[in-house]
Amino acid sequence: MTRAALFFALVPAALAADTCIECHSALAGNLQKPAALFSADIHGNQGFSCADCHGGDRTASDMEAAMSPAKGFRGHIARTAIPQLCARCHSDAALMRRYNPRQRVDQYAQYLTSVHGKRIASGDPAAATCIDCHSVHDIRTVRDALSPVHPLRLPDTCGRCHADAARMAKYKIATNQLAEYRESVHWEALSKRGDLSAPSCASCHGNHGATPPQVAAVANVCGTCHAMLEDVFRTSPHQTPFASLGGCVVCHSNHAVRQPSAAMLAGSEAVCANCHDPESPGGKSAAAMAAAIQRLDSTLAASDALLARARRSGMEVSEALLREHDAREAFVKTRVAVHTFRAVAVEKAAGEGLAIAAETRRAGEDALKERDYRRLGLLAALAAIAVTIAGLWMMVRSMERAKPPAAEVSKR
Amino acid sequence: MLLLRTDSPKPSRLGRTYSWFEERLDLRSISEFVAHKTVPVHSGTIWYYFGGITLFLFGIQVATGILLLLYYRPTASEAYESVQFIVTRVRFGWLIRSIHSWSANLMILAAFIHMFSVVFLRAWRRPREVTWLSGIALLGLALGFGFSGYLLPWNTISYFATKVGTDMAASVPGIGAAVARFLRGGEDVGGGTLTRFFGFHVAVLPALTSALLLLHLTLVQKFGISSPPWIEKRYPGGAGGVPRMPFFPNFFLRELMAWYGALGVLGCLAAIFPWELGDKADPFAAAPAGIRPEWYFLAPFYTLKLIPSHVWVVEGELLGLVGFGLLVAWWVLLPFWAVNREGVERTRLVTGVGVLLIAYLATFSLLGYFK
Repeated sequence: MTRAALFFALVPAALAADTCIECHSALAGNLQKPAALFSADIHGNQGFSCADCHGGDRTASDMEAAMSPAKGFRGHIARTAIPQLCARCHSDAALMRRYNPRQRVDQYAQYLTSVHGKRIASGDPAAATCIDCHSVHDIRTVRDALSPVHPLRLPDTCGRCHADAARMAKYKIATNQLAEYRESVHWEALSKRGDLSAPSCASCHGNHGATPPQVAAVANVCGTCHAMLEDVFRTSPHQTPFASLGGCVVCHSNHAVRQPSAAMLAGSEAVCANCHDPESPGGKSAAAMAAAIQRLDSTLAASDALLARARRSGMEVSEALLREHDAREAFVKTRVAVHTFRAVAVEKAAGEGLAIAAETRRAGEDALKERDYRRLGLLAALAAIAVTIAGLWMMVRSMERAKPPAAEVSKR
Repeated sequence: MLLLRTDSPKPSRLGRTYSWFEERLDLRSISEFVAHKTVPVHSGTIWYYFGGITLFLFGIQVATGILLLLYYRPTASEAYESVQFIVTRVRFGWLIRSIHSWSANLMILAAFIHMFSVVFLRAWRRPREVTWLSGIALLGLALGFGFSGYLLPWNTISYFATKVGTDMAASVPGIGAAVARFLRGGEDVGGGTLTRFFGFHVAVLPALTSALLLLHLTLVQKFGISSPPWIEKRYPGGAGGVPRMPFFPNFFLRELMAWYGALGVLGCLAAIFPWELGDKADPFAAAPAGIRPEWYFLAPFYTLKLIPSHVWVVEGELLGLVGFGLLVAWWVLLPFWAVNREGVERTRLVTGVGVLLIAYLATFSLLGYFK
């Protein structure tokens, strides 16, 4: 039976009563659990039934007939057989197009290339299969926040095995990745800023074809997102020596990628100092780059504060604030230029930012001067108003002393 | 002769000019009218100044509005930039714009004070019913000025507040959709709405206001300034016996002092808290959190928010709008229900309703602002 024919055979059956669910719902414990979970399963919602994976006849009311081997009943699926079972449908482009035309159908092919897939193929049932990541009987779409492979939950899903020292012992794999990842800027972007496109485990290691990137390929992996940095790095003098050391990882670590700062270049926490003596040309170059970044950062902070003060005072500084964005962009470019590892390039990029910051600072100072000028003008105006009111009052008093207003005059 | 002495044997050039105008315009009758106009003097006289302050602030609105017109461009692509240009590049443009915005708010506040002083001093009594009605209509027009002017800078807050406001109009059954389409100049708030609101703000509303203001002031002149009944009772001659001061110069000079005071307050607000421009409206962006209208629409706005989406089978918003409509109509007709068939005034009812209305407006406006 072709996959498409299987589909057409399945759909009408989906509309019929499902005796698997009916009977298992009435049972207890582990026999009831799959039936209870299945109402949340994307396959159940699309009309698939237990029999589509486990075989048997879902329409038969008799238990023996429903779970008859003659009707293809397979019962419990061995872990090593799960990938192939899922692939029956998920590798069938014609079938998948009917449900989700954008869904890829190469997961199984990728899985076979993964460390997990290879281990399963070699007969290791402890290696991860589809259900270890996607769950079973309550499989949800990746976009569903309750799915174990939703971007926010994926690190925990991987960590369930990879942070388990007992489980990883026989593979001699470290178990600190999840803890380190939780300290990284990537996790911060994902969890605090809610940026679901921020990298998690699968972004670097792949999902179905999960495998650790080789040392020489790390820069390629980072470069998929940090394209500009990768381009600059490839022209730098560090490209060749870092290639055998892990590329980006040498300075930024792998899982615990922290917020980069000028402190990475110079000072007690400098990563440059791991290889370069501070007095060496490399050390001096790093210090010069750090100084350029710090100068631009502090200048921008000062002009930011000035513009914020002017804005709080009610001054219109939106144009200067817009210009400040350009200066911030120059700051980002300066940090990108660090990956040339040439002080001249960093100073040049910082110089552009400093020129803009000088402009915005002037705009902020002018706005505050204007504010003071307005307040001075207000004081003068208030004084003139007060004098006028006093003069009018004296005029009324003197006029009414000389000629009191008539107590009763004809009404008009 | 009040304004100029013309009894010298050889009139000066100024005297001759005056005589020329006198011959053609009968200025003497005007000056005599002014010289004989009086204002009652009693403990509540201070409230009489608020009508004049409202008029003064309206004058400021007209003057600053004309100046803003020199640079303002009423199109969705240029409105925000033109206001930005006014406040950043035009000399004293920031001051003109800030004064225009602040005086609009102060004018509405002064108009509300004037309205409630009329209620509590019983100035709505016969024969001043039409004066009351014209005053309420002027307040309605002032709110219309506020609503239409709010959109003109085309910033985020004004854009979404107008969207909310016109959505409310759309929820009225029957004519609501047509009214909303008329206000918006299309299906949604856009460039057409801005042009239309600008037209209302600088042409339709000023024309109506000028006519009504003329009627209101004419009626005030015709019937004079009312004294409260409890003051009139103190004097044997009733209303005619209440002590009075000449309008010119005694009351006028005092009113002038009040205007200078208002100008000082206006100057302080404009210079210390310049009216913010905010960010340019983006019709494709999501409405920012905490969107709310100007303070004078806050009480009904917050009340509508409190009403459940459905009350029995009726839509909550519709129920609220109908309720407000009836309340406003009832308030407008105050001079007619405040007197019973025997001609006796329902003083306690009027005072009670006035106090309740002030309490409601103050409480719900504060709740709407802070919640």
